[in-house]
Amino acid sequence: MKKTFRGGTHPPEWKLTAEQPGEKLKLPEKVYVPILQHIGAPAIPLVKKGDEVKKGQPIADPGGFVSVPVHSPVSGKVVSIGTYPHAFGRDVETITIESDGADEWHENIKEDADWESVDAKTIRERVRNAGLAGMGGAAFPTHVKLSPPEEKPINTVIINGAECEPYLTSDHRLMLEKPAEILAGAQIVSKAVGAKRTFVGIEDNKPDAVSVLKKAVKDGKFDIKVVSLPVKYPQGAEKQLINAITGREVPPPPGLPMDVGCLVQNVGSCVAIYNAVRFNKPLIERYVTVSGHAVNNPVNLIARIGTPFSELVEAAGGYTKDAAKLLNGGPMMGSAQWTDMVPVIKGTSGIVVLNKEEAYISDEQPCICCGRCISVCPVFLLPTNIARLAEFERFEDAENLGALECMECGSCTYVCPSKRNLVHHIRFGKTSIMALKKKEAQQTKSKGA
Amino acid sequence: MDFGILGAIVSVGGLGLIFGGGLAYASKLFYVYVDPRVEEVDEELPGANCGACGLAGCRQMALAVVEGKLTAAECPVANDEARAKVAAIMGTDAVTAEEMVAVVYCQGSPDHCVERFDYQGVKSCTAAELVGGGFKACTYGCLGLGECVDACQFDAMLMGEDKLPKVIEANCTGCGKCVEACPRGIMAMIPKNAYIYNACVNQDRGKTVKNVCDIGCTGCTLCANPKTTPSGMITMNKETNLPIFHYSIEDDSVLSVFKCPPRSIIDKLNRPEPPKPPKPEKKEKPVVEKQE
Repeated sequence: MKKTFRGGTHPPEWKLTAEQPGEKLKLPEKVYVPILQHIGAPAIPLVKKGDEVKKGQPIADPGGFVSVPVHSPVSGKVVSIGTYPHAFGRDVETITIESDGADEWHENIKEDADWESVDAKTIRERVRNAGLAGMGGAAFPTHVKLSPPEEKPINTVIINGAECEPYLTSDHRLMLEKPAEILAGAQIVSKAVGAKRTFVGIEDNKPDAVSVLKKAVKDGKFDIKVVSLPVKYPQGAEKQLINAITGREVPPPPGLPMDVGCLVQNVGSCVAIYNAVRFNKPLIERYVTVSGHAVNNPVNLIARIGTPFSELVEAAGGYTKDAAKLLNGGPMMGSAQWTDMVPVIKGTSGIVVLNKEEAYISDEQPCICCGRCISVCPVFLLPTNIARLAEFERFEDAENLGALECMECGSCTYVCPSKRNLVHHIRFGKTSIMALKKKEAQQTKSKGA
Repeated sequence: MDFGILGAIVSVGGLGLIFGGGLAYASKLFYVYVDPRVEEVDEELPGANCGACGLAGCRQMALAVVEGKLTAAECPVANDEARAKVAAIMGTDAVTAEEMVAVVYCQGSPDHCVERFDYQGVKSCTAAELVGGGFKACTYGCLGLGECVDACQFDAMLMGEDKLPKVIEANCTGCGKCVEACPRGIMAMIPKNAYIYNACVNQDRGKTVKNVCDIGCTGCTLCANPKTTPSGMITMNKETNLPIFHYSIEDDSVLSVFKCPPRSIIDKLNRPEPPKPPKPEKKEKPVVEKQE
């Protein structure tokens, strides 16, 4: 029997674009580059209106350790800096660059012939300078992950090719088209943290990707093991993937993978790490799946960061008549967008457009206590109880039941026969708990003073 | 032997006497002194147990007043008469507090402020705010899901048909629970004898506000202009781009209501526009200058 984690569910896969090779999207006329594309402090703009920029030139400096720089994805002129719609929901300060069509690289970007012998510190530096943030969706700054504290050594590196979200195939195509880069990137990661073992975890609905990577491992004589995993959601969540491959269980938050000596990187991040270390290339383009039953020709695209969603949807044949909901990411964890003006950011793994039937949400019915949400919860919580406590504003009790450990994977809401918005209730509870804690901390502070 | 009914009366009555004696002794032994003033103060307090004073209820408030920790002014619900009575019980000077009333700082009903998308999630303002910063085009405006109405314990609020909360002033005690409940700071307290206020909390300027709402404050500063408000009751907050109303300065003028271009300043009494006497004077002046 294949190894997997406990809990989880299996939504329909709908991998419509698995056979479509990644197409390069035509150069956009204008790119909208938000200064916040990652978790952490927003970057600080370096350019001003009217400046000429080259492709790959840094246009914003990191605003702290947990922050990354932003680079210009095209060559051209900065036309404005101001707030613009963003995939995170709220408007974010965005640098708008008009492309001059020449698409010239900045002069600092050249290959390092001696890249295979660089040390861990240089790797981290180059990864940070390239503005890398996790490309699986959460967009956590990569260099922070590559800098574990000394008391928590990493012995296992896991490369995440699970891609458990329905519809999305960007990682799948990347594994088929750039296996050597992924493995080289994986080796760089292992070297940076001094890991002994390296795995690539792939769900077995992608047998072609498993065989391509296994062949690449053999050809390149890499010390990497390719593991095929059964199809289950959320296999691509890092804690679940660690459990599936190594059997180790990451403690609940604030526990991190490094507490069990593991490090997880997305396949897309591996390619970006390879490009950063070898070619000093910043992260300015990525694979984006444009799919869903409400676009005419679902495709995999290689799009520049900052391209508006509308151009990608157009490249996929436009919306069908019954298009109802636009998502940044997959249907399980992706966030709905109110406009297609929002630009592609480093964490945009896919754009999914749902039709009316798929997007229909019926009214919430009372909980019938069937316990399905409890059986699927991958972090072993009681979603129905937490949601109910949050609904009736009993936040302290909700916290005691571990509300803050919820990772909002959406499995509970997916299986609920009463169509309860469990994740939304829990998220509301989490926000309120955090707000209460903040308030309490302030009160004790003012009392002390 | 058979004592009949007499036996029953004697035995039960005897038991009653024994227990009664025990209770009388216990009440002396375990007597806890309670200041009689606590009871009296408690009588005068509103008895709503709303918690606006920051304590669990009116009894706790009464204890705190007798201990000297609080004064009756801390209870926003009590009226001046009750405060005077409490002060008399405590033997202190009567304290008066300005009576406050809740107002809604938003007029952005769906007619004025468009909704960006259909919201299908949990029906609570705080939860709606988590989804992309709220479904309203204005990220400051009222979401209209009624957290303030739920928080009101005095039946002083209801949800209007225009998806905005309404305050029933006759019932409002000024306890401030709605202000605490609103995640966007739209509920606010103003003195009961103040009639004009700016019903908008959007901190953006001009065009940005106009794009999302045709009745929002654009921060034009016309209301704070000395020509409109010579008393200085209205000043501008440069950080928030919103006017501040200094209700301590008495000013009955309603000119600012009519000077406000988007009509975001409201007069609760709906007083008519004042006549415009200064205009003819202004016309005369340039004529004089020309002659010189």
